[in-house]
Amino acid sequence: MDILQSILLTIATAATPLLIAAIGELVVERSGVLNLGVEGMMVIGAVVGFAVSLSTGSPWLGVIAAIIAGALFSLPFAFLTLTLVTNQVATGLALTLAGLGLSGLIGELFVGQAGVRLANIHIPFFSDLPFVGRLLFGQDPIFYISLLLVASVSWFLFKTRAGLTLRSVGDNHTSAHALGIPVVKVRYLAVMFGGACAGLAGAHLSLVYTPQWVENMTAGRGWIALALVVFASWRPWRVVGGAYLFGAVTIGQLHAQALGLGIPSQLLSSLPYLATIVVLVLISGNRRLTMMNTPASLGRPFVADR
Amino acid sequence: MAGAQMASGDRELLHVEGVTKIFGSLRACDSVTLSISKGEIHALLGENGAGKSTLVKMLYGTLQPNAGSISWKGQQVSIANPNAARHLGIGMVFQHFSLFDALSAAENIALALSGDASVAEIAEKARTISQAYGLPLDPSSLVGDLSVGERQRIEIVRCLLQEPELIILDEPTSVLTPQEADKLFVTLERLRDEGKSILYISHRLDEVKRICDRATVLRHGKVVGGCDPRAETAASLARMMVGNDIAAVVRPAPANCVAAAPLLSIKNLSQKPSGPFSMALKDISLEVLPGEVVGIAGVAGNGQGEFFDAVSGERRQADAQTILIRGTPAGNMGISERRLLGAGFVPEERLGHGAVPTMSLSDNLFLSRAVSDAKAFATGPFSVINRASISAAATRIVQVMDVRKSAEDPDAAALSGGNLQKFLIGRELDRNPSVLVINQPTWGVDAGACARIRQSIVDLARGGAAVLIISQDLDELFEISDRLAVMNHGRLSIPMPIADATLEHVGMLMGGAI
Amino acid sequence: MLVKRPQHSALFSALSPFIAFGLTLLAGAIVFALSGQNPLAALYTYFVEPLSEVWSLHELAIKAAPLILIAVGLSVAYQSNNWNIGAEGQFIAGALMGSIPPVMFPEWQSVLTLPVMLILGLIGGALFGAIPALLKVRFNTNEILTSLMLVYVMQLFLDWMVRGPWRNPEGNNFPETRRFNPMAVLPELMPSSGRANWGILFAVIAAVVVWYMMKRTKRGFDIRVQGASPRAARFAGIDAPRMVFFAFMFSGALAGLAGISEVSGAIGQLRPSISPGYGFTAIIVAFLGRLNPLGIVAAGLVLALTYLGGEAAQISLGLSDKLARVFQGMLLFFVLACDTLIHYRILLRKPVVAREG
Repeated sequence: MDILQSILLTIATAATPLLIAAIGELVVERSGVLNLGVEGMMVIGAVVGFAVSLSTGSPWLGVIAAIIAGALFSLPFAFLTLTLVTNQVATGLALTLAGLGLSGLIGELFVGQAGVRLANIHIPFFSDLPFVGRLLFGQDPIFYISLLLVASVSWFLFKTRAGLTLRSVGDNHTSAHALGIPVVKVRYLAVMFGGACAGLAGAHLSLVYTPQWVENMTAGRGWIALALVVFASWRPWRVVGGAYLFGAVTIGQLHAQALGLGIPSQLLSSLPYLATIVVLVLISGNRRLTMMNTPASLGRPFVADR
Repeated sequence: MAGAQMASGDRELLHVEGVTKIFGSLRACDSVTLSISKGEIHALLGENGAGKSTLVKMLYGTLQPNAGSISWKGQQVSIANPNAARHLGIGMVFQHFSLFDALSAAENIALALSGDASVAEIAEKARTISQAYGLPLDPSSLVGDLSVGERQRIEIVRCLLQEPELIILDEPTSVLTPQEADKLFVTLERLRDEGKSILYISHRLDEVKRICDRATVLRHGKVVGGCDPRAETAASLARMMVGNDIAAVVRPAPANCVAAAPLLSIKNLSQKPSGPFSMALKDISLEVLPGEVVGIAGVAGNGQGEFFDAVSGERRQADAQTILIRGTPAGNMGISERRLLGAGFVPEERLGHGAVPTMSLSDNLFLSRAVSDAKAFATGPFSVINRASISAAATRIVQVMDVRKSAEDPDAAALSGGNLQKFLIGRELDRNPSVLVINQPTWGVDAGACARIRQSIVDLARGGAAVLIISQDLDELFEISDRLAVMNHGRLSIPMPIADATLEHVGMLMGGAI
Repeated sequence: MLVKRPQHSALFSALSPFIAFGLTLLAGAIVFALSGQNPLAALYTYFVEPLSEVWSLHELAIKAAPLILIAVGLSVAYQSNNWNIGAEGQFIAGALMGSIPPVMFPEWQSVLTLPVMLILGLIGGALFGAIPALLKVRFNTNEILTSLMLVYVMQLFLDWMVRGPWRNPEGNNFPETRRFNPMAVLPELMPSSGRANWGILFAVIAAVVVWYMMKRTKRGFDIRVQGASPRAARFAGIDAPRMVFFAFMFSGALAGLAGISEVSGAIGQLRPSISPGYGFTAIIVAFLGRLNPLGIVAAGLVLALTYLGGEAAQISLGLSDKLARVFQGMLLFFVLACDTLIHYRILLRKPVVAREG
C-alpha cells in the first residue's frame, strides 16, 4: 500500500511541471502563436526560482520570482514575432537556446548547493486519512495551483467573452482585426501568460521535484509540454491526462531502473522521449481530428495594414 | 425620388471631405468627398482597384486616412477603430467575410458586439432578428460548415444587432445566386424604409440601377462624379467607372466541331473531401471539344477548388480513366505529366498557388513550366537552370500580354492583381496548350486587364484548343462560354449551349433548386 | 510600425547579419561592463585574440568545420520548410555508424578504412534523419518535436554504447571506446602548424556544392518553392513527401559526416559526450548565414570564434565559459530581428500629407 501511494505521489510531482508548462503553451497556441521557447523559459524559471529562494530563504518568493522571470523572458520572443513579425519557429528556438545559455551563466553560482524545498501542505485530519489523505490533501502547493490553473483556463477560454476573443484571434487574425479586436495586444498577453506558466513549471522543478540547481535540469520537459498540447488537441482538461501519462512513464522507468531488471538504464531513461514520439504519432495520424482542432492561424505572421 | 439635391441640411448622415489614403507611392484614395443622407441607398461605384474598399475601411476605422475629415450627423469625428465606428452607428458587411470558421454563428456575432451579454442571450436576439428580416440562420451551427450565402446572413444579422444607422455592404452579391440577391434587395429596401442608410459598393451596374437612390463613382482613387443611377444607362455608368469605352470581347462563332474528339473528358469523377471544410465531388462527367470554351458557374465553395485540383492533377485519382487529356488516360497522373500531354492550368489564388509571392516573374515562369519545357529551361543531368532562356520567355509574355511592372524582373507580389493575372495566363498561353483550365480568370481584375484576358481565352479556343473556365461571375461566363454547366454541392449539371441558358435558369441551378 | 516593402530589399539582405553582429558586440560590451570588465579589452580577448596565432586559427577551423557542415545541411532543410532541429542526434548517429570499422574491426587497417567510415557516417546520419521525415509524411507528426526527442534518445544510446558493448576492453572501465587505429584517423591538413584536419575541407566543399545546387539547379529551385509556398509547390508538380525525405536525409547525412569527422579527427575515439552542442549551435549558424551556404561558412567561423573566445576569456579574465552560449543566443535574436528589415520598412510615425486645396 505504501509503495503504491508513494508511486502515485511521485507521479503527481513529475506530472505537475509538464501540466503547468503545457497549459500555458495551450493558451499561447490558442491565440495563434507557436512559442517553441518553453524549454528556455522553463529553465530560466528554474534557475531564478532556485536563486531567489536560496538568497531570501523563502521558497514562495522564489516561486513568485520565477513566474515574473518567465513572463519577462517571453517578452523578447513576443517583441520579435509580434512586433517585428519574425519567423515563430526560429525565434522560439532562439529563446530556448538563449534561456539554456543564460540559466547556465546565472546558475554557475549555485551549482551543488542544497536548495530550499517548498513544503507540502498539511491539513490536520484530512491529510492523515488513510491512503487518499496524502494524495488529495498533502501534496505540494504547486500541485493544487496546477489543477486550479487548468480549471481556470478552461473556464476562461470557453465561458468568458475575453476567452472567446482570444480563440477568435487564433482562428482568424484577419477577421479579428477587421472587427477591431487588438490582435497583437491579445497575443502579447497570451505569450506572457505562457511565459509565466513556464516559469512556474521551472520553479516546481528546482523547488519541489529536485530542490537543487543542475544545468539543463529541464531535460526536454519544455518540449514534452509542447507535445502535450498537440496530444490534448488544444483542450485544457485533456492536458491533465497527457501530463499524468508522462508522469507515470517517467516514474515507472525510474522504478524499473531501481529494480534492476537487466534493462540498460539508458534505454529506460529514453522512454519518456520515445513515449512522446509514439503519442504524437497516434494523435497526429488522425489528420481530420488535428485539422479540426488546430488553431487556424497558428504560427502564421500577422501584419495589420494601415 | 431621393435625388442628389437632398444631401443637404439635417437629412445628411455622413459627410466625407477630402479624404486621402496613401500606400507607399499609391494614392488609393485621393481627396475623396462623399455625402450620405438618412434613409437612402447610396451606391459607391468603381472598378477593381478604384479605391472603394480603402474608403470604406476608413469609414469603419480599420484604416486611418492620411488627410481629410469625416463628419457624422454634422459633427466632425475621428474613427479610430471599428469599435468607434460601431459606437457611432456604422455597421459593415465585409466582402471577404470577417468570420471565424472554428466558432459558432452566435460566437461570431458576439465578437462584434460590445457589452457583456452571454453568447446564449446573443443567440436568442440573433434568432429574433433573423426571423424578422427573413434571414434564416441557426446560431449554434459552426461557421466553417456553412455555405457562403449563410455566412453572409450571419454578417448581416451581426451588423443589424448593432442597431446601426449606416450599413456598409461591400460587393454583397458577388457570392450570391441571382435569386439570393433578389431576397437581399428586399431586405435592403425594407431597411431603407425603416430610415436606415445603406452604402452599397458594387461594380454590377444593373443592380445599382435597380436599388440605389444615388451613386458616387470612383476612378483611380478619385471621385469622378455623382449621379442618379436610375437616370443613367448601364453603358453611361460603365463609361464613368472606367473612363473610356472597354472593347467588347470579339467572339467568332465556333467551328462546327461536334464530330471532333474531345480534348478533355472527365468521366464519373467522384472524390472524397480532403479536410473538414472541404467539399466532396460527386459523379462529375464533362467533355470539352477543340475550339470551344466551356464555362462552369457556381456559388463559391461548391467544390470548384476541389474540381480544379482533380482536373489539374494536384490531387490524383485512383482510376486513370476518370480524366482523359487528348485521349490519354491521365486520372492517375500528376500535374507535370498532364502538362506534358499539352494541358495548362491557372488556379484561382494568384499569390501562393499560381505564383510564389516572394519570387520574381521569371522564377514564377519556371514554376509551372520547369518540366514541360525542360529542354529549354533546365538541362543536363543536374537540371541546371538556363536563366537566359527563361528571361527571354518572360519578356515575351510581358510584351504579348501587356503586363505593366515597375522593375525589370519584380517579385510576383509587387504586381497588381490584373497584371499578375495577365502574366499567369500568358505563362500558359505561351506554350500553346491544347487544353487550358482556368479557375476565376478575372477575379479582382480591373476592366482593361479583364477584357484582354477574356479575349485571349476566346482566341485560344478558336485556335483549336479546349478551354474550361470556372467562374463565379455570370456576366463573364455568358460573355465567353460556348456551353455552360453549373456546379452545386460537388455535382455538375449537364452543360447547355449558351444560347439556351437564361440567367434565371442558371441561378436556380446554382441554388440547387433543380 | 511596419510597412511591407513591395519588393524585398537586397541591401538589407546583405547588411542584416552585419548589423546583427554589431548589435551583439554592443550588447556584449554592456554585459562585460556590468560584470566589471573593461568592455573593449574583454571584446578584444573574446573576438580578436584567438585570431592572432596560427595554432589557434587551426583550433578555429576544428570548431568551425562541424558547425558549417551541419548548418549547410540545415539550410537546405529550412529553406524547404522542414524544421530539422535534431542535427545533434544525427551527428551522433553518424559518429556511431562511422565508428563501426575502427571499433568492431580494429584489425582492418587499409586505405579504404577512412572512406568507408565517412560513407557510413553519411548513411548513419541520413537514416536517423529519415525517422522524423517518415513520421511527418506517414503520420503527419510535428517534425520539430520528433527530431528533437530523437536527440535525447540518441545521446542516451551513445552513452549506453560506450559504457556497454563498445567499451574499450583495455580501458580500465573508462566509458570510452578503444582509440582509433592510425588508418581510421582523419589526417591533419598542415601538421607542422596545428591540428586542423580535413573536416574544414569537407565543410567548404559541401558549402560550395550546396550553394550551386540552390542557385542554379531545378532541385534547388524546388526546395525554395516548397519553403516559400507549399501550395504553389504542389502546383509546380513538386512531390512534397519526397522533399521531406530529401531535406531530412540530406541534412542528416551532412550532420553524420560532421559527426564521424569529429570523432575520427579531433577526438580519436567515442566518448559519452562528443559534441558541445554543435547540432544546436549550427541552427544559429544557419540563420546568421541567412540560409545561404557561403554566408554559412562565414557565420560558422564567427560562432566558432565565440567558443574559442569563451575559453580565452575564461582563462585570462576569469569570465564564465557559459557566456559563449549567451552570446550565441543573443546573436540569433538580433539576426532574426534584423531580417525584418528585408521585408518591411520601419516607420516611426505616420506619413502626413498636406491637404490639397
